[in-house]
Amino acid sequence: MRYAMAIDTKKCVGCSDCVVACQTENNVPIGYCRDWISETVDGTYPNVSIELRSERCNHCDNAPCVRCCPTGASHFEDGGIVLVTHHKCIGCGACIQSCPYEARYSHPDGYVDKCTFCIHRVRKGEDPACVSVCPTNCMYFGDLDDPNSEIVNVLKNRKFKTLAPEAGTSPQIFYLV
Amino acid sequence: MKTRRDFIKISALGLGATAAAGGAAKWVFGDPVGDLMAGAGDESPELKTFPTYCEVCFWKCAGWAYVNEQGGIQKITGNLDDPQCNGRLCPRGTGGVGMFSDPDRLKTPLMRVIKNGEQTYREATWDEALNFIAGKMKEIKAKTGPESMALFFHGSSGNHFSHLMKAYGTPNLAAPSFAQCRGPRDVGFEATFGESVSSPEVTDIRDTKCLVLIGSHIGENMHNGQVQEMSEAIDNGAVIITVDPRLSTAASKSKFWLPIKPSTDLALLLSWIHVLIYENIYNEDYVSKYAEGFEQLKEHVRNFTPEWAYPITTLKPHEIRATAREMAAAAPAVIIHPGRHAAWYGDDVQRTRAIAILNALLGSWGNRGGLFFKEGIKIPEFPHPEYPQPAWSYHELNNGRFPLANEAVTNSVIESSIPADGKEAKIKGWIVTGTNLIASVPLKEQLNKAMQSLELLVVVDTMPMEITGYADVVLPECTYLERYDDIRATAHREPTLALRMPAVEPQYQTKPAWWIAKELGVRLGLGDYFNYKDYTEVLDWQLKQVGSSLDEMKRIGVKKTTRNTSPYIEPGTLHSFKTASGKIQLYSHELAAAGFDAMPVYTPHPEPQEGYYRLIYGRAPMHTFSRTANNRNLVALMPENALWINPQVAALWGFKKGQYIWLKNQDGVVSKFPIKVRLTERIRWDSVYIVHGFGHHHKPLTFAYGRGVNDTELITNVMLDPVMGGTGMRGNFVTFLTKDPGKEAEA
Ligand code: SF4
Ligand code: SF4
Ligand code: SF4
Repeated sequence: MRYAMAIDTKKCVGCSDCVVACQTENNVPIGYCRDWISETVDGTYPNVSIELRSERCNHCDNAPCVRCCPTGASHFEDGGIVLVTHHKCIGCGACIQSCPYEARYSHPDGYVDKCTFCIHRVRKGEDPACVSVCPTNCMYFGDLDDPNSEIVNVLKNRKFKTLAPEAGTSPQIFYLV
Repeated sequence: MKTRRDFIKISALGLGATAAAGGAAKWVFGDPVGDLMAGAGDESPELKTFPTYCEVCFWKCAGWAYVNEQGGIQKITGNLDDPQCNGRLCPRGTGGVGMFSDPDRLKTPLMRVIKNGEQTYREATWDEALNFIAGKMKEIKAKTGPESMALFFHGSSGNHFSHLMKAYGTPNLAAPSFAQCRGPRDVGFEATFGESVSSPEVTDIRDTKCLVLIGSHIGENMHNGQVQEMSEAIDNGAVIITVDPRLSTAASKSKFWLPIKPSTDLALLLSWIHVLIYENIYNEDYVSKYAEGFEQLKEHVRNFTPEWAYPITTLKPHEIRATAREMAAAAPAVIIHPGRHAAWYGDDVQRTRAIAILNALLGSWGNRGGLFFKEGIKIPEFPHPEYPQPAWSYHELNNGRFPLANEAVTNSVIESSIPADGKEAKIKGWIVTGTNLIASVPLKEQLNKAMQSLELLVVVDTMPMEITGYADVVLPECTYLERYDDIRATAHREPTLALRMPAVEPQYQTKPAWWIAKELGVRLGLGDYFNYKDYTEVLDWQLKQVGSSLDEMKRIGVKKTTRNTSPYIEPGTLHSFKTASGKIQLYSHELAAAGFDAMPVYTPHPEPQEGYYRLIYGRAPMHTFSRTANNRNLVALMPENALWINPQVAALWGFKKGQYIWLKNQDGVVSKFPIKVRLTERIRWDSVYIVHGFGHHHKPLTFAYGRGVNDTELITNVMLDPVMGGTGMRGNFVTFLTKDPGKEAEA
């Protein structure tokens, strides 16, 4: 089992619904976020194009944050989900430094927090909150090891990219372009 | 200077001591994942759910409110059975929790009093406040008749107060959504097809082959169903054509983006009509069956070639032709989107007519992938005595202007509230509910004068919006998550019913609108119109008339039924449109008879002077009107608006990214607050863009206060649409000030 996400940049409108839904689902304190939107603009007016992306922890196969965590709070769960066990986290912030995606933040309660792929929902067979709210239906969540999954299907049929592949982290969020 | 109605800042009064909030902001369960990896169990807490429909915008998506053990609203999600949202709310709806948990909410009734020579508010009981209002309203009725009371409304509370005001006997019920927004569009389509495109619009985007957006930025306006369907259309390979001076989000997803010179849309529309007719690629079969006036139209657009439009619009003739051909190739599965906020230049009915005519030439209304025929469930009115017949109609307030206005015109009501030429004002009192007129209506001077002249001004709201500072009485309404409202039975692709019920009890001393209207009614001697103790009686009775019940709706939230009629013209049948002749009016006899152009004519609009830029305003997906600017969940995403400015223009002015500057318009009006510069290649050189709804100057809105610029304060040039009174707001220009103009003046 290998959980992953594919996000269609051709459909995302950058509305941030995924950000609000994550906030209310996971009690992310206001002013912090586990996911966010980036906009890249290319060219000059009027020959200009943009790409909108919903970004979050890439749940990397080769995760530097897990490697550098001194207490083992950052670890892999089933399906390759990278998680932080709050009570084991001493808040040292080494993981925050090591993440090339700036996906982690210091929670005001003293631990480091980030996207969990909504494992509490996924274990019940639901989609992550962000995926299930997206009005453009541009996000696909699933198991890369299941050849019949929707995510495998879109990745077979569409061009995609990952963010900062040069960092060598083997990210598991794929952007359809 | 002292005025009759000093603006009072509600904050000064130390409110909020009256009750304890349910406090959704304090979450009790912590992170639902929390320490589950430590084996603590992965059960997230069970939350109770209640059906609702969203009130953050007019789309009214149905959903579920989740209530935690502490009585706070944890989250809101969409109802899967609702075709308006398909289980997915937009960011504003998802963030609706922030409206409930807003610490700045209005908490008790307030009454204006004079204390030590100063006007101020004091907290009042509901009884005092309602008795006072009823007393004033009786006085006004006795002196000048019930017609001299007016209602300004937006949203669900408007229904309850409209009922009250009709029972009281006034015809003057005005929604800013008419003259400030969708009115010109609705009148333009009515003049052409005999009916408007409704709300939510009857656009069949899901199945379209070609979607043309001109003055519509789907994706930045989060009209949920349309955003979802545009995404489906992208998946299905539909061609999207976007006309916008700005690379909008939709433009960035389009096969064709036409970066038009602002204010010239009508020239483009006319030349598209020209191409369709003179290249003979219009839908001849449809036009001959359903339309009238084709020959006149053909003659009318003879000279409106793409070459004619080129210098006006700055769009290349070959692009105009290519896009017209795309539309023709997709016809009739093509939509020239009617837009929504259409009050731009004062010739807006005519521009929308051109859009309607294009749809007619392509045969889109009545065909799959074009515009469909809506169907809904008719909810009977709860029995009440007949409304009294007002002595005069809202048309009187238009003073012989705006003959096609088929709703009351806000700006006429405002104008009629000011005594003029030694004559008494026709309007003496207002009830304002759910709309912050200070941000929604331009013409601030007139508005101010009117408010100073009134004998009674009552404001009903959930938040201390600017307008509350001018009221004699402020009535705190509870949010949509704490109340019953009317059944949502909007007609659309599928007939549906949706229920809104309280997920939690009204917080503080707030009350639902139905209760406020009823209590006022009783005090006005209109108790017969409110023949129920609780609104649940009305809802249950109504639902039983249409084969459901309150109990059933509490369980399911949304009920869909099957259609009795086809959404499209059935092959072999002849459809009759809702015009007098049953035919689509390419040439409008109605407009001609009223003294207007029977077919749209392009006229040039004001241009910016040297050093000035056209002020374009629009939407951001996470905000609605000015009402979300204080919502903690949503301001976290976008705390203020920024000035979109082309980097080349910024270089000319020496502006850096993130710098704060002030805006000054062509009439010398300077923005109250500075705005952050956003350098972006997404905007033309001759225009700047800001998102509407920011720049609040009422301190009690503790989050929104002073963030960004309010576009409507810079809209002092208003071009009235002579056809229906729309307030065209796009003819305003700004230049930039880098120093605080307030400080300059002091120095
Ligand atoms: S909710 Fe969907 S469309 Fe909106 S920003 Fe997130 S991914 Fe993009
Ligand atoms: S998967 Fe869950 S935790 Fe991660 S960004 Fe989406 S909603 Fe937030
Ligand atoms: S579109 Fe968004 S704000 Fe409007 S009703 Fe739906 S969820 Fe609410």
